[in-house]
Formats: sequence, C-alpha cells, structure tokens
Amino acid sequence: MKKLPFIVLLFAAILLASCGPAAKAIPAPTAVPPTETMVPPTDTPLPPTATPAPRTLTVFAAASLTGSFGDIGKAFEAANPGVTVTFNFAGSQVLSTQITQGAAADVFASANHTEMDKLVTANLVAAGYKDFVTNVLEVILPANNPANVQTLQDLAKPGLKLVLEDKSVPAGAYSLQILANMSKDPTYGSDFNTKVLANVVSNETDVKQVVAKVQLGEADAGIVYITDAIAAPTLKTIVIPTNFNVVAKYPIAALTNAPQPDLASAFVAYVLSEDGQAIMKKWGFTTVTP
Amino acid sequence: MRRFFQRLSINNNPGWVFILTGLGLILLLGLPLLTLDWRAIGKNFFNSVLSPTALTALKLSLLTSTSTVLVAIATGTPLAYILARWKFRGKNALELLVDLPVVLPPSVAGLALLIAFGRTGVFGVWLNALGITLPFTTVAVMMAQTFVSAPLFVGAAREGFAAVDKQIEEAALVEGANEWQVFRFIMFPLAGRAFLAGLILTWARALGEFGATILFAGNLEGKTQTMPLAIYLGFETYLDVAIALSVMLMVVSVVLLGLM
Repeated sequence: MKKLPFIVLLFAAILLASCGPAAKAIPAPTAVPPTETMVPPTDTPLPPTATPAPRTLTVFAAASLTGSFGDIGKAFEAANPGVTVTFNFAGSQVLSTQITQGAAADVFASANHTEMDKLVTANLVAAGYKDFVTNVLEVILPANNPANVQTLQDLAKPGLKLVLEDKSVPAGAYSLQILANMSKDPTYGSDFNTKVLANVVSNETDVKQVVAKVQLGEADAGIVYITDAIAAPTLKTIVIPTNFNVVAKYPIAALTNAPQPDLASAFVAYVLSEDGQAIMKKWGFTTVTP
Repeated sequence: MRRFFQRLSINNNPGWVFILTGLGLILLLGLPLLTLDWRAIGKNFFNSVLSPTALTALKLSLLTSTSTVLVAIATGTPLAYILARWKFRGKNALELLVDLPVVLPPSVAGLALLIAFGRTGVFGVWLNALGITLPFTTVAVMMAQTFVSAPLFVGAAREGFAAVDKQIEEAALVEGANEWQVFRFIMFPLAGRAFLAGLILTWARALGEFGATILFAGNLEGKTQTMPLAIYLGFETYLDVAIALSVMLMVVSVVLLGLM
C-alpha cells in the first residue's frame, strides 16, 4: 500500500502526457524561393495569421485504401489549415455496420456498392453517390514462393495453402467471383473452383490481413487488390487476365448526418479532384475522371 | 432489501455516496448486456442459434476450450506446486513469465505465437522441417487459448497450494510421506476449491479468446472459427447470428461463474 501514492502519480503523469498536444511530425525543410525573402518590408499590415478553430474530419475507408488515403489525408490537411483528418480503416462491411449502428463519421469510402447501398437504404447517404476509383485483383505469393506457384492453374495444386478474405469482405466476394469465372473456362476445368477452395486455410477479415499472412510466408498464396500488391513490393504476383478479373468500383459519399458536413463535401470533392486522383493513381488505382 | 435501505438511513452514514458513484459503472456494465438480451428475443433467435455456422463454431469452441483446460491442468498443476512451495533462483522471473500473458493484449500473444511457431517463425522452421505446420490448424487455436488462459489456472492453483497449512505438510513428512504422497494426499485435496476456481476461469477465458486466435490460427469454419470469431464475422453480415451467439456465450459464462 506504500506504493499507492506513486502509482496514482504515475497514472496522473501518463494522463497529462497523453492529453498534451500531439507530437507533430516536423515537415521536411523545403527550399524557399529566394524572391520571397527579398520582399522589402512594407507598412501594410500582414494579413492576420489565420488560426481557424481546429476541426476534425472523420473518414471511414475500406482497408485497401489505407496507403492512398493516408496520403490524401495529409494533402487535405495541408490545403485546409486547422483540419485534422482521422481515418477508420477496416473491411467495408465492418464500417457500414458501424455507421448504421450509429458511429459518427463524415465520409464513407467503400470497396463495393453493396455496403454503400446499405447506407442509402438507411438514409445515411444520398442516392446517386459517385465512384472515385476502380481496382482489380491479383494473386500474391511470398518472395521465396515456397509452393512454387508459376501459373494460375497452380492454385489448384493439392496441399497449397491459400488465404482469402471472408466472403463478407468485398475482396473475398470478388475472389470467389473470379474463381467461378475461371471454372467456366475449359482451360481451367469446371472443378477448378472446388479444387482451389479446398486449399483455403483461412478467410481473413480484411485484405491487409491476407497480405500480412502471405508476406510472413505463412500462406503460399493469396488474392488481393492490385493496389495492395503494389504497396507490398517484396511480394511476387501473378496477373489475373481481364476476362476473369472483376473490376471493383469504389464509391465515396458524405454522410447525411455528418458532424462536419461542409468539410465532408470538401473532402469528397478533393478525392475527385485532379490532385486527389493523381494520388490515387500513384497507389495503383484506376481513376475514373480523365 | 430492507438491510439495503437501513444502510441508507443510518444516521450520518453517507451510504448514498457509494451508490451514486457506483451507479455509473453499474449502468456501463449492465445496459449493454441487457440490450443484447433484449435484441436477441425474437423469432429469429432459435433459427440463428441452430444455423450451421453457429453450431459448427459452438462445437469447435467446446472442443478447443475443454482441451485447453485439460492441458492447463496437466502442465499447470506441477508448475503451480513448484511456485508455491519451492525456493530457487530465478523464481521471480518465472512468476513474471507466468503472470505476463494475463495482462498482455491478446494481439501481442497472437503475433508472438506467429513469429515463433509460424511456418517461417524462429522455431516454426524446425517444426516445418519435421513436417509440422501449426498456423491455420485447430492445434493453433488450442495453443492460442492455452497461452492466454493457462496462466489463470496456474495463478489460482498456486494460491491454493500456498494457503495449505505448512504444519499439516510437515506432519506428513515427519510421518514418512514422500513429496509425491504429500502432493497427492494433502496438497491436492486441500487446494481443491482454488483448483475449481482456476479451472472455471481458464475455461471461460479460453472460450472467449479472439485476438490471438485470429492472428495465429486464422478463420476457417469448422477448423479454426470459434464462437468469438463467428461473432465478429457475423457482426459484419448477419447481426442476428452474432447476437444469438453472444447471448449463448453470456449464458455459458453466467453458468460457469455460478459454479465458482
């Protein structure tokens, strides 16, 4: 019991430390254009250094958007001083449930239309939402390719350890669709689907988990978005031909009950803008606006 | 109930201060659990409980958690005895090792298991050479459950052993009993109650394991998808099934706590 005052003090210190201003990453020094430093001092008062009230925009986004939206968030914060963008990345199906159960979000970016339509039905998103990117899927293999997978046919090799996303995850549903498409092709055979699914060792809760399991070498192969494969350059990949592949459409919308409605619309507009689309393209997405 | 009100009215006894401050926590604990029950009542409840996914998950959960308890008893009892009765160097470190999994987040446990015993893990490489792969198997589920729950059994059994009167033990030794006989006829029966408590805690914890399981064992119906995993995935698609499973787990937990 003698320790009690110390413990209380320790907790108080932790609380204080965690409530303090969040450590901001120091921006890399950028070369200042010399002309600016040469401007002679004038009597005209400087425009008041605008310190807008800090506002937080909450964006719920599909797990496959983790990297690209991280960049978009930083760019949006830079363009809107005082705004902090916080993200909730998870499988789109988790996010739509969280939102219908009352989670406070401003923007929802989904990896399929199904989850967005659920929000339209619940009157949380206005009908006529826009797609902002499309994505296709790809087979990923660990760098050392332990099962020696060379072609898509090899996915049916008995004993191969394949990880997919659960069928409730958009990418999981797309993967099942791709396998079904391939089974219709005589090159693969009508039992291709069954053989491949017999190799599934786990149905993960989102694409990033599939990437992690393949990256660790725990699984021999996985099916993920091409953008996830680009974000993990150590992985080997096998392209899925267009005639079997599925084009995943990603819609984005501001929520009707967004706590920050104007910021929410601004964010959606930014994602659809030239700058936003350029960032998405950099991460391997196919952009919808020319 | 009358005693309760008497407590409130005893002169100068500020009983209501305790009640009002405690009420916040009571509401936080009680409301969600009541809501879950309330939402579960409906014609869909039995359909959901009897759905193949739910039944498969229930079967797997019972199999794995019961195995975990048996492993915990077999390996935890001697360890608890050692910790309660022996004195040796490094005992503190050993105690810390046994206590650590109780406070560690399960995701840490899952990650640690994966990088140690995964196919490409530090020790997993050796196992793999012997033809044993652990991740994505039912054995992995049991390992994850044992990692997080067996320490609860060791803790309870250790307390039980430590509480046995040393004089009884010494008397037995004087009478010529060896250490095994002391353990078998004195320590084990006298620590019985603590054993039972530890056993139930371990079982309940194993039944509820989620984080370490999904990381180390993955999620495959009938093989590694236990009830908590089915609840998580059901939550995403079929809320009714998730709620029904949650209520089932809650009922089981209430029964288990009642046994203690």
